[in-house]
Amino acid sequence: MELNKSIFFEQHNVSTSDLGTYLSEALSRGGDYADLYFEYRINHSIVLEEQIIKSATKGVNLGVGVRVISGEKTGYAYSDNLNREHIIKAARTAAFIANTSSAGGAIQVPTPLNQERNFYNIPIFPAELEIRQKIALLEQADHAARTYDSRIKQVQASYIDETKHVLIVTSEGKATWDLQPLVRLNVMCIAEENGKRQSGYQGGGGRRALEIFAGELSPPALARESARQAILQLHAVDAPAGTMEVVLGPGWPGILLHEAIGHGLEADFNRKKTSAFAGLVGQKVGSELCTVVDDGTIPFRRGSLNMDDEGNPTHETVLIEKGVLQGYLQDRLSSKLMKSALTGNGRRQGYDHIPMPRMTNTFMMSGESAPEDIVKSVKKGLYAVHFGGGQVDITSGKFVFSASEAYLIEDGHLTAPVKGATLIGDGPTVLRQVTAVGNDLKLDQGVGICGKDGQTIPVSVGLPTIKIREITVGGTEK
Amino acid sequence: MSNLQNIAQRAIDRAKTNGASAADAMIREDDTFSVTVRMGEVETLKEAISRSLMLRVFIGKRTATSHTSDLSPAVLDLLVDETVEMARLTSEDKSGGLPEEAIQRSGFPDLDLLDTSWETMTPDERISLALRTEAAALSADKAITNSEGASFEYARSRIALANTQGFNGSYEGTGAGLYCVPIAQSKAGMQRDHWMSAARHRNQLATPEEIGKRAAERALRRLGARKIPTCRVPVIFDPLSARSLLNHIFEAVSGSAIYRRSSFLVDQIGQPVASPNVTVVDDALMPAGLGSSPFDDEGVPTQTTAIIENGVLKNYLHSAYTARKLGSKPTGSGTRAASGAVTIGPTNFYLKAGSHKPDEILSSVTKGLYVVELIGFGVNTVSGDYSRGAVGLWIENGKLTHPVQEVTIAGNLREMLKNIEMIGDDVTFIGSIAAPTLKIGNMVISGA
Repeated sequence: MELNKSIFFEQHNVSTSDLGTYLSEALSRGGDYADLYFEYRINHSIVLEEQIIKSATKGVNLGVGVRVISGEKTGYAYSDNLNREHIIKAARTAAFIANTSSAGGAIQVPTPLNQERNFYNIPIFPAELEIRQKIALLEQADHAARTYDSRIKQVQASYIDETKHVLIVTSEGKATWDLQPLVRLNVMCIAEENGKRQSGYQGGGGRRALEIFAGELSPPALARESARQAILQLHAVDAPAGTMEVVLGPGWPGILLHEAIGHGLEADFNRKKTSAFAGLVGQKVGSELCTVVDDGTIPFRRGSLNMDDEGNPTHETVLIEKGVLQGYLQDRLSSKLMKSALTGNGRRQGYDHIPMPRMTNTFMMSGESAPEDIVKSVKKGLYAVHFGGGQVDITSGKFVFSASEAYLIEDGHLTAPVKGATLIGDGPTVLRQVTAVGNDLKLDQGVGICGKDGQTIPVSVGLPTIKIREITVGGTEK
Repeated sequence: MSNLQNIAQRAIDRAKTNGASAADAMIREDDTFSVTVRMGEVETLKEAISRSLMLRVFIGKRTATSHTSDLSPAVLDLLVDETVEMARLTSEDKSGGLPEEAIQRSGFPDLDLLDTSWETMTPDERISLALRTEAAALSADKAITNSEGASFEYARSRIALANTQGFNGSYEGTGAGLYCVPIAQSKAGMQRDHWMSAARHRNQLATPEEIGKRAAERALRRLGARKIPTCRVPVIFDPLSARSLLNHIFEAVSGSAIYRRSSFLVDQIGQPVASPNVTVVDDALMPAGLGSSPFDDEGVPTQTTAIIENGVLKNYLHSAYTARKLGSKPTGSGTRAASGAVTIGPTNFYLKAGSHKPDEILSSVTKGLYVVELIGFGVNTVSGDYSRGAVGLWIENGKLTHPVQEVTIAGNLREMLKNIEMIGDDVTFIGSIAAPTLKIGNMVISGA
């Protein structure tokens, strides 16, 4: 890959010599570092509802963000116009943060970094395919959901793809670019019986073209799973209230790790000592059964990236090894201030946002227990396999997440499905309470969206079956 | 006609030339400024002008939408052409189309949305607002040892909308917010909380000292929070946490949830759905309201809509599409999603003040929970099932005693609305959705 092949040079009249000018402007009032983040992002989405194609949408996002760092301070400005004078104006605005009058160091001329690796090396991007092929996926999903059960009254299926061109140029002379595909298919069903209504949801995707929608991600498989959940909920019993033993199924329940542990290990919160995990590196924060990893390098995964949004290569980062905290997820600013190595976790929603430490694909490594033995070992508890979403207060460490599919466990057997179960716990203590880890690590199907400070980004989570000694279940049945 | 209106007009004209039977285009332009300070120092400073065009085209009853941040003529022309092509590939939808011409107007009320005096504030003055807010929090008590910072955000927004029926309008508004998140620390651990103010006009924004002090008080009173045993007791929502209930009501009365039958309030117009003391309105015409606008994002004149009146469900909120689909009238609730598609949005959506002082409500509870924050997504708008993580203060004989955390409160929205026993006189607008203090007869608290 050559720098000159980037779309910004070919179609948007950005030249190598201009880049130096913009960076000089950005550092014209001093400052330690500056970077430019060019983004050109195209989205397509199609929605099927009431058995018709209700809408098709295309989106274009083009712009450049200019960042200047001076000590712990960040100045930021952006422009959705790539003309020279607009970028220079943005650079001057961002420069305002540095208030030393002396000029910054000499700007090195950017030279391209050769990126050998590619975790989404696909011959054709989903965006380039005929819209009719995408509509066919939605129609297959709709048909499968409606024939699954006559109580399925509504099906909403949606298809979304994204193509993102990124070019990052830094005042340290690094220039990197990437081309990132992303695709997703969602199916939502509403089941109705005797005036009772419940919904079910299933989705899947990743950084590939349409061949990703095969096997358990095929439109009929996603649709049947969505319909099954909606039907199941029609006869679910009210969730219990109080503390109990909880078994989490493999895959998507990894959202627990994401909320309970992951956010608290983002470096910015720890640098500012606002996280319940601050200052605990080297200490035991979980049971020896727990090894937690953030890995942005798994091919075709939703959370994977060749480079983060600061142009640094993504990594496999061991956060917790056999219960001991190893380190935090770093972006450039925090790694400098904490004198820690970069982990390739500086991410942002787009050119109009400042990068922050964020997760990529976060999961717990497999243990040795057979999943069925874990369930058998529980006398009275809850088995949760599907979740709607979660949230954490990283300062107090308290997290919450909502089970959309869960069952009571009675004497080692799954019994009634329960509805509306919310699990609430404490991040720093939940890993200490893990008493069994299954040998069945599974990553989720590729639908995760993570929000922080108003910025959303795609992520992935994963988990083997695990048992937690005690967690509070927030239902209505005492 | 402004430059933005011209660009919007050009886009729909081109769509029409290319075979669209109807089209509308909205442009939003925001001048934004934001500063975050932390521990007395500026942490981030951000400034930009951003623009976005959202286009919708119809070919008969088929539709497609698009949006772009790149408004250069060549890119826009290509996008218009592609959008028309996409519309040919979607299905006929008999409820599709622009709003009926008859309901569109050209004259609109002045809702006092713009305050140009913000422009005379220098960046240093804006930074100083954030610094003063955080300083007030940090100096409130020695237990306030840290901070996630304070921020000041300002935006001046211009909206232009044109459609092929001849509508072409625009309006402009300002808005600012001042926000503070202090952290209190004791042997028992760290706790954070926040307070904020938001307003369209400079003289409506609370003072930095007021915001900082209140934020600090909120964080301090959470120190030493603990779990409580599982129980069924009355629950009081403070105005901040009560806002989230109004959000759930909004979702349940939105026309799109109604035609999908994905709402616990479907088929209930004219029925009692809440306690008789509950009145909820969506009022787009509130002068200087954060959610006010002269017309909605499809050009429909906005209005004041009664949602629940004395406990009885009166109206759902509609865009042109959902109104046509359900045989009703648009309520000026059409809102453009970032994708360009029209959805339903709230304007100033709030529960009207009751007659009780907040203290009076507290006094009425022997044992119960006063909720100050809710987290998690455990709300099912389809069935009404409700279960969320809660942080609050335990009430004993009408007085707040110790803080509570790591518990959930659970019930069903249908019963919760019917169980609203007392309503405070303290509606608090810090956004376009607002509520007063609310007391719900009983809910299950799940804890130790």
